[in-house]
Amino acid sequence: MNAVKKYAGIIWVILGPLAIHYLLQTAGSEIAKKPGIDTHIQWGVFIGVFYPIAIGFILFGLYALEGNYDHIPASSEELEEDYETKPL
Amino acid sequence: MSNSNSETKGIWKVIGASSLGTLIEWYDFYIFGSLAVVIANQFFPKANPTAALLSTLATFAAGFIVRPFGALVFGRLGDLVGRKYTFLLTLVLMGGSTFAIGCIPNYESIGFMAPILVLVLRLIQGLALGGEYGGAATYVAEHSPAHKRGYFTSWIQTTATLGLFISLGVILLTRHMLDADPAKSIAKFNDWGWRIPFLISILLVIVSIYIRLKMAESPLYSKLKSEGKTSVNPLKESFGHKANLKMVLLALFGATMGQGVVWYTGQFYAQSFIENVCKVEFDQSRTILIWAILFATPFFVVFASLSDKIGRKWIMIIGMLLAVISYNYLFTNLYNIVDPKNKTEVVEKKEIKTTVTLIANTTDTLRKVATKTFYADGMSMVQTKTDTAYSTPGKTTKKPLIATAKTIGSNDYWKMVAIVFILILYVTMVYGPIAAFLVELFPTKIRYTSMSLPYHIGNGVFGGLTPFIATLLTTIYVDNKIVGLMYPIIIAVICMIIGAVYISNRIDPEVDR
Repeated sequence: MNAVKKYAGIIWVILGPLAIHYLLQTAGSEIAKKPGIDTHIQWGVFIGVFYPIAIGFILFGLYALEGNYDHIPASSEELEEDYETKPL
Repeated sequence: MSNSNSETKGIWKVIGASSLGTLIEWYDFYIFGSLAVVIANQFFPKANPTAALLSTLATFAAGFIVRPFGALVFGRLGDLVGRKYTFLLTLVLMGGSTFAIGCIPNYESIGFMAPILVLVLRLIQGLALGGEYGGAATYVAEHSPAHKRGYFTSWIQTTATLGLFISLGVILLTRHMLDADPAKSIAKFNDWGWRIPFLISILLVIVSIYIRLKMAESPLYSKLKSEGKTSVNPLKESFGHKANLKMVLLALFGATMGQGVVWYTGQFYAQSFIENVCKVEFDQSRTILIWAILFATPFFVVFASLSDKIGRKWIMIIGMLLAVISYNYLFTNLYNIVDPKNKTEVVEKKEIKTTVTLIANTTDTLRKVATKTFYADGMSMVQTKTDTAYSTPGKTTKKPLIATAKTIGSNDYWKMVAIVFILILYVTMVYGPIAAFLVELFPTKIRYTSMSLPYHIGNGVFGGLTPFIATLLTTIYVDNKIVGLMYPIIIAVICMIIGAVYISNRIDPEVDR
């Protein structure tokens, strides 16, 4: 199962940039079809909101690849120990 | 025995005080969304109705997008100074901004200040809500015994749906009680009566503030504070340590992201789909949701209690799976139930009414042709075509406005209630256990901050934008009535897979660290 978690990390790392690419492409074509302040604002909001989330998704994938999810803390005590010993 | 009785009484007081305030905050937040079209007409320049609706949904969306920031601001406050006082602050902010929305003059009175004020107040609503839920769930969970954490926190989980239920009910009642003549009552509601649901919220908020002032601080937080173990920088501790950040990311991508889209698809998007795609008239589109909510709400408690026995993970994952595999089928059925192509017209009952009014300062006339069609199963459909009859020869309206409203018969009505009930059942599966799940992921001293952020990104951003993105997809892929479901399905599939692979099913025996 840990191997699955690790290798799935590759999928998440790839999916993040793919999602950003799709978002930018759709925004570009929609703005070209209906150029107007409304369209610019709408798609600007989407890009502004989902871009950092996609970055977070890539980070999630990297953590998975590094094996950080091989063991999920099973109690608050373990969370505290993990937390004390592993800064970012 | 008496110790246990007083503990049980104590927890019910805690649940009551927390839930009432949270319920009122959800009601405040949702009346705005429930009145999106009316607000569009009042505060946004008169233009294409679709553009106005999208503009208002964007303002609605603004309230959702800002929720994660509220989660950070108030989560931090709650971990620094305590849960109780943060609660009070969020309630005051929400109540105040809701009341203020009810007081803003419309666009015709104060011009562009109107939509700007609406947007600012909507952002304050979103910030307040961002601080409310994490606190309420944390507060109840920290009072609950471990073996019943799901059961007790499920009462907080009912408040979002019940807040929606009450907002719909108050709006419908107000809409019909302003005049003895139903048409005049609706006209008055659209003109000024829509303010009433916003204004009455202040009374509810005052009651809730009084109750919350009497609440004690969370015992776990008090203990932490007395031992000098509270966090000095909960934001840094939540997101600056890999051990915690990885759990925040897992909570978002493996649970709340999928839960958020299922929540909003099953309730908000279902109502919007019934009204705007199926073209069922205003009242029925809302009472369908009201009945479905009434029948489904007890299942929040059922599934959350079940999660206390068998774990949280698989109930949430199965809820997402059922949603993903059945959404297309259920929404297609909603559409087909009221599709005139599947019905037998009663031709002899057809009514056509034409009204012509002179347009001021011109020689042109506004022409409205209302065609009412009756069907054998009791449905009736009114199609109103509005165009301008120009006095200039050869000049015609390029795009006449066509509005359609269907009033459905009893059989169709209850079929729709049944389908929406199933959609909300999925909501209860994904949402019932999630408060306990999130609480168990994080240590006490940064719990409020850490659980609030993935919750509000999952629900506020992914979930809250569902109706907006789904409607937008229908304008891009115009031939497919259910193309809007692509968004929640794709998000829920990714979340379901991540949750199944990465999340553990264990229940933390103690969260008091």
